[in-house]
Amino acid sequence: MDTIFALATAQDRAGVAVVRVSGPAAHSVGMQMCGTLPKVGSFAVRPVSSDGDLIDRGLVLTFAAPHSFTGEDVIELHLHGSIAIIDRVLDTLSAFDGVRLAEPGEFTRRALENGKMDLAQVEGLADLIDAETEFQRAQAMQTVEGALSKVVEDWRARLINAASLLEVTIDFADEDVPVDVAPEVSALLESVMSQASDEISRSYVSERVRTGFEVAIVGLPNAGKSTLLNALAGRDAAITSEFAGTTRDVIEVRMDLDGLPVTFLDTAGLRESDDQVETIGIERAIARAKTADLRVFLSENVSDLPLDPLPQDIVVAPKADLRTDGTGVSGVTGAGLNALVQEVKAVFADRATHSGLTSRARHRTSLQSAVTAMKDASRLVNQGPEVYDLAAEELRTAIRSLEFLVGRIDVENLLDEIFSSFCLGK
Amino acid sequence: MKHFDVLVIGGGHAGAEAAHAAARMGARTALVTMTLSGIGVMSCNPAIGGLGKGHLVREIDAMDGVMGKVADKAGIQFRLLNRRKGPAVQGPRAQADRAIYQREMLAATQAQDNLTIVEGEVVDLKMSGQKVTGVELADGTLLHSTTVVLTTGTFLRGIIHIGEEKHSGGRMGDKASVKLAERIDSFGLPLGRLKTGTPPRLDTRTINWSVLEEQQGDDEPAFFSFETTKLAAKQVACGITHTNERTHEIISKNLARSAMYGGHIDGTGPRYCPSIEDKVVRFADKTSHQVFLEPESLTGHTVYPNGISTSLPVDVQEDYIHSIVGLETAKILQPGYAIEYDYIDPRALDASLQLRATTHLFLAGQINGTTGYEEAAAQGLVAGINAACLAQGREPVQFSRANSYIGVMIDDLTTRGVTEPYRMFTSRAEFRLSLRADNADQRLTPTAMDLGMVSVQRRALFDSKRDALEVGYQALSREAYTPKHISRAGIAVKEDGTRRTPYQLLAFPDVQFKDVVRVQPDLSAIDRPIQIQLARDALYANYIDRQQKDIDRIKKDEAHVIPTGFTYAGISGLSNELSAKLESARPDNLAQAARVEGMTPAALALLLAKLRQHQKKSA
Ligand SMILES: Cc1cc2nc3c(=O)[nH]c(=O)nc-3n(C[C@H](O)[C@H](O)[C@H](O)COP(=O)(O)OP(=O)(O)OC[C@H]3O[C@@H](n4cnc5c(N)ncnc54)[C@H](O)[C@@H]3O)c2cc1C
Repeated sequence: MDTIFALATAQDRAGVAVVRVSGPAAHSVGMQMCGTLPKVGSFAVRPVSSDGDLIDRGLVLTFAAPHSFTGEDVIELHLHGSIAIIDRVLDTLSAFDGVRLAEPGEFTRRALENGKMDLAQVEGLADLIDAETEFQRAQAMQTVEGALSKVVEDWRARLINAASLLEVTIDFADEDVPVDVAPEVSALLESVMSQASDEISRSYVSERVRTGFEVAIVGLPNAGKSTLLNALAGRDAAITSEFAGTTRDVIEVRMDLDGLPVTFLDTAGLRESDDQVETIGIERAIARAKTADLRVFLSENVSDLPLDPLPQDIVVAPKADLRTDGTGVSGVTGAGLNALVQEVKAVFADRATHSGLTSRARHRTSLQSAVTAMKDASRLVNQGPEVYDLAAEELRTAIRSLEFLVGRIDVENLLDEIFSSFCLGK
Repeated sequence: MKHFDVLVIGGGHAGAEAAHAAARMGARTALVTMTLSGIGVMSCNPAIGGLGKGHLVREIDAMDGVMGKVADKAGIQFRLLNRRKGPAVQGPRAQADRAIYQREMLAATQAQDNLTIVEGEVVDLKMSGQKVTGVELADGTLLHSTTVVLTTGTFLRGIIHIGEEKHSGGRMGDKASVKLAERIDSFGLPLGRLKTGTPPRLDTRTINWSVLEEQQGDDEPAFFSFETTKLAAKQVACGITHTNERTHEIISKNLARSAMYGGHIDGTGPRYCPSIEDKVVRFADKTSHQVFLEPESLTGHTVYPNGISTSLPVDVQEDYIHSIVGLETAKILQPGYAIEYDYIDPRALDASLQLRATTHLFLAGQINGTTGYEEAAAQGLVAGINAACLAQGREPVQFSRANSYIGVMIDDLTTRGVTEPYRMFTSRAEFRLSLRADNADQRLTPTAMDLGMVSVQRRALFDSKRDALEVGYQALSREAYTPKHISRAGIAVKEDGTRRTPYQLLAFPDVQFKDVVRVQPDLSAIDRPIQIQLARDALYANYIDRQQKDIDRIKKDEAHVIPTGFTYAGISGLSNELSAKLESARPDNLAQAARVEGMTPAALALLLAKLRQHQKKSA
């Protein structure tokens, strides 16, 4: 078994950088670089050197199997966060025999292999690590705690109940058994189907919570969209200039609105243009604005624009600083900015209350195929006992899809899929 | 001294099929039975087949086994169960004449090449280390054999109960071999205790048939063997009667005197085949239960009242029988009784039914915790084939869940064990739609031909059927027709512009073969049996494609072989309970591990990860 190492903190200049080493050679490597190691389960400052050449002086932590994140022998080197120091330490580590840079997700994989975490925790962990806002953290934590598995278990139990009713009429045809099980089976199917369908629509919201809601700012060229975005971001994110048509690409600013992850998109001004490059930008802007979760129309008159606002979209007059009626919003003076943010937040806070337990396309695909199978089963059950064998097969498919959702079968694919969403060193 | 390749102990359903299979494989085979008349005895209801069980008989027949052929000769009433449901869940069943069955089974056994029948009681196994090398008979005779197949049914500590009375015995009239049991005990195998019961037998001349409802067999009998074409025995009807409140009252009042309810029996009985005591207690709100009166033979006078097995004392049995319409003066020829017995936890066996710890010894039948003739015979087939393979230095033959009910049963037994007498159901087979009774030959005969265990006629029959199916399939798929053409032929289809072949049309549950003949008249040239089979294949075609994905998935998991010495204890993250279960189930691969009771996704992932680590280490 190889010993692996990686930088556990972000790859950049920082106050502290943590390098983690895990595997059978971790302790001996540590001793060769630091002289002696602190007692297992404790930490101490040690010189970190390469062939007698002092690289840095760092805090060293020693863990022994199985009491570590990976369940293996582990050392952690807390170094000064300089790029030169990190490079030198990583180089030194890779020179040891049987020691190599970790593959993406390999630490977590080892933690799983050694029984330190289970599959659900692993999946939730990926989201937890990526969580930037409070809502995201809460949602990921829910998965780690197994809320999804519980609901799916309950559905599965009801479907198994429905399947057993059908099977009774098949396998005990010659005996005194209830003949008309259709009403009970249909009722069970209905109940699971409606809840699962509901979860599918909620999962789109959850996915937004996980990846962020998008707000597109649209308007005529030079309506002040970029200035507004800059004001929102508090820094110069989009290039703004006096000349109309400056923003040719889509520019994003990611924000945390009281725990909700929201990305504002500054789009090219929408107008007829002869400039080919600008025309492409405009087409892209329209397409992007359409897929966004919400649009803020910075416009006096929306009929000037090649895009219609949807029910929850916000229409606000631009350049409030040049107006006298006290309405509108201005990126220059900040007038109306707070009200706009509150409005956006209100829209998403309302939507977020409809979030569900699933937030990944993988989950949705499984749910969708379960629902499709349940629909077919339900249709067949109503056709009568002659096709109960087919109905039972559809039910089996539905149950299998749910099992796939919580990872009961096809472990191998699942593992690979889950681990592919991890990045190095975590 | 005689030396055999395969020696089978016991001439019941498991033993007979095992001996025949080994002999067909060319192994020098011995069948040791207490008496010649013990071969092919039906200890309980003289009926073969049924739901799931009928599938097993067809599969045995597809391997050229004996049960189906003998049952067809002995059948006195054939009924295809679930006739009005999908073909995948239809099961052939026959009421068999007990005497004909026994006679024909004995004749077939005596006629089989490579097969020697030895009359005697096996009292001990001969061993060389952990390996079985032969047997010793009660008269001191030693028989050497490379492999031994043990199919002794309920002989391990079998106790018969009639009310408060009890005595030891394999079944009524048999004695249990003590020394052999002690030898088995010395292997330290995990044992469990089960029970089963049988109803009192009645004299047909004392039943008032004239007041009873009659149940006739099917007009067009569905046979077990692919080779059978016509009825052999005279056909009879069964009678139907019902228990009533008076019957239930008699039973309730005497519950304390029932062996099962009086606390005399510890074994677990089957939930699906309850005694009449059980029915009265558990379904107290039902005031009546159906009783089928099934003649046991054309020549004798015995009637088997199906549905009222019991362990009440004889006087109570008489009382409650007489309370039933038509049975007011019925005479009991043999009282009903319950039997409890030890079985060997089948998780001690590998997929070839060989004991893991004691090699060259195979176990089949009721001794493995199953119930039923068909289950026993199917295991006999597997054990017989594999014992022959071992003796002949061939690779073991594995039946899989994806190719047969036999595979489903072997896998269930050896990975999950049993908690009640194991009986086959169609719902145990997840690939039920492709594992049909009608295509058992397509699924298994090629394997049997490869093993060289089928007759020349069987091979010819199979080849011509396979060719006819292929030609028929081509004819059905040759041309796709427009919706307009199809509607003109009288089949309602969507006018969606999609062209469909006759084969695709047959996938609609309401389209029959005669309907597609109107679409393409030359299809009428296909023989009727081939038409029926093709229509069934077509009906399920869409589902079978889908199931193929699951089959592939299982195959992938099956490829993750768990090495023999693999230890589960000490894998951190596996609960003690689960690692103990895995330790005793000893799954051969990841697919089997997934089916061990209580297995969770997390545990399975953990196991896979460990296996990969293991592979890396040993690579
Ligand atoms: C009382 C009773 C009721 C049952 N009820 C039902 C039911 O309702 N439904 C159902 O499906 N199934 C029922 N069964 C089960 C069914 O009969 C068995 O599962 C099936 O017959 C088992 O086949 P087998 O070959 O394993 O054993 P058996 O058919 O019992 O054959 C065992 C053979 O081994 C022989 N033998 C034993 N010891 C020795 C020895 N030392 N040397 C040589 N020969 C030996 C015996 O004489 C016997 O011939 C019942 C069984 C019993 C006993």
